[in-house]
Amino acid sequence: MLATVTPSPPAAPIAQRQRAIGEVLLAVENISLRFGGVRALSNVSFDIRKGEIRAIIGPNGAGKSSMLNVINGFYHPQEGRILWKGRARSRMRPHEAAKGGIARTFQNIALFKGMTTLDNIMTGRILKMRASFIEQALYLGRGRSEELRERAFVERIIDFLEIAHIRHTPVGKLPYGLQKRVELARALAMEPELLLLDEPMAGMNLEEKEDMCRFILDVNEEFGTTIALIEHDMSVVMDISDRVVVLDYGKLLADGTPEQVRNDPAVIAAYLGVAHG
Amino acid sequence: MAELGPLLEVVLGGLMSGVLYALVALGFVLIFKASGVFNFAQGAMVLFAALSLVRLAEWLPFPLAFLLTIVIMTAVAWAIERLVLRPLVGQHGLILFMATIGVTFFLDGFGQTIWGSNVYQLDLGLAGPLVLALSIFFHSTKIGRALRAVADDHQAAQSVGIPLNRIWLIVWSTAGIVALVAGMAWGSKLGVQFSLSLIALKALPVLILGGLTSIPGAIVGGLIVGAGEKLAEFYIGPSIGGGIEYWFAYVLALAVLLVRPQGLFGEKIIERV
Repeated sequence: MLATVTPSPPAAPIAQRQRAIGEVLLAVENISLRFGGVRALSNVSFDIRKGEIRAIIGPNGAGKSSMLNVINGFYHPQEGRILWKGRARSRMRPHEAAKGGIARTFQNIALFKGMTTLDNIMTGRILKMRASFIEQALYLGRGRSEELRERAFVERIIDFLEIAHIRHTPVGKLPYGLQKRVELARALAMEPELLLLDEPMAGMNLEEKEDMCRFILDVNEEFGTTIALIEHDMSVVMDISDRVVVLDYGKLLADGTPEQVRNDPAVIAAYLGVAHG
Repeated sequence: MAELGPLLEVVLGGLMSGVLYALVALGFVLIFKASGVFNFAQGAMVLFAALSLVRLAEWLPFPLAFLLTIVIMTAVAWAIERLVLRPLVGQHGLILFMATIGVTFFLDGFGQTIWGSNVYQLDLGLAGPLVLALSIFFHSTKIGRALRAVADDHQAAQSVGIPLNRIWLIVWSTAGIVALVAGMAWGSKLGVQFSLSLIALKALPVLILGGLTSIPGAIVGGLIVGAGEKLAEFYIGPSIGGGIEYWFAYVLALAVLLVRPQGLFGEKIIERV
């Protein structure tokens, strides 16, 4: 099972990446999140370091997506705090998180279905555009030059993710795997410091998974983007991530390198041996 | 060949009123697209805008009255969004719809209380350029893109950094200004009076025809309804005793609903089963 989804050259990039890993970019401390009487997260702490690929794994209902939603500002935990670049941030809303440099994709693809691939990715540039309302409406001066500049930037991402052929297709018409890729493109267009990926490979076939793995590694390497991802496919997680957090029933079960986590008895128990395939 | 003259006249007349229908329908589409609310109060906003304009123009020079009315309409639209719809965020569509019906009655009454209920005459040209500007605005600017994004998926829009609340305020203000233009156009045709708020009902078939989510759809739908009802009146009217104009649009809408429920330009309704 481990060998099936090996992305192109697994060994070399990981070695390079570890050199690039730097200080703590984001730290969650003692996070507890409740929905009514249901505890989604209890006292969870871990950090994400600059330049790493950090995986969050765990069985269904372990609180993985809740954790991403806390980081991204969709949920506000009742207890605990979040340090972004060393500074505690108070109740941050999603668009503020986006401004701060956090981009994300969703488990059930959240694209703008009526818009083309290009327009979808262009929405990722919204925060970078500064021209006034009038300039834009009349497509004059700054409005025009800005639109062209952002368009050129987006074209580079389109090339990078190999989706040039679907540039003008409404995304609702695209197959699932490509939609996931467009969603990644939109997040990349934001030039994020931290990229959150919620099951980027769920529901994909083998070939699509290999492509996605390659893109994730390339993004990390070429742009130096820090990535936190939730993934169910253990072979993928073990191959591409630098460090792994394991959640179970909303609690932190283990935290360490893929090797450490793989051999952790508590993790093996939680997965009933599935992790070992 | 001799018949071409009157035919052309009928079609042109129809298209003219079609533009007016389109203007009202546009207000609906704007708000529905961005917030999923079917704003029944759009007609009342049209009346309120037209009343404000004619009354203000009585003691102010027209350009000043026009600017002041824009300010008033923006304020009204903001107030509706803040005070009525914001607290209801996440409620069922029917509840939001009921709320806008409440707003309709309030605006009708409030407008006539402060502005009086006489019939006023308003003489003005058309607002075709507005329709064009709105389409361009929606399709090629940052805010336009943000509006469409919000309309499509709230969560995703927030995740790319679009503040929902601010976008909703922009949408409602735009709808308020569109209502003003519609009020001016209709007011110059019918006079500014209570029945202006009933043109909301005439916008319904236009919306069904064009699709609730499409701006070009609202325009084309308006033109089709306008020209269609005049043509029907002209050709079929005499043989069945006339009066077709009043119901033609609704029958047309019904036929479209049967064949193409999402309207001519609406987004296709795809249900995952």
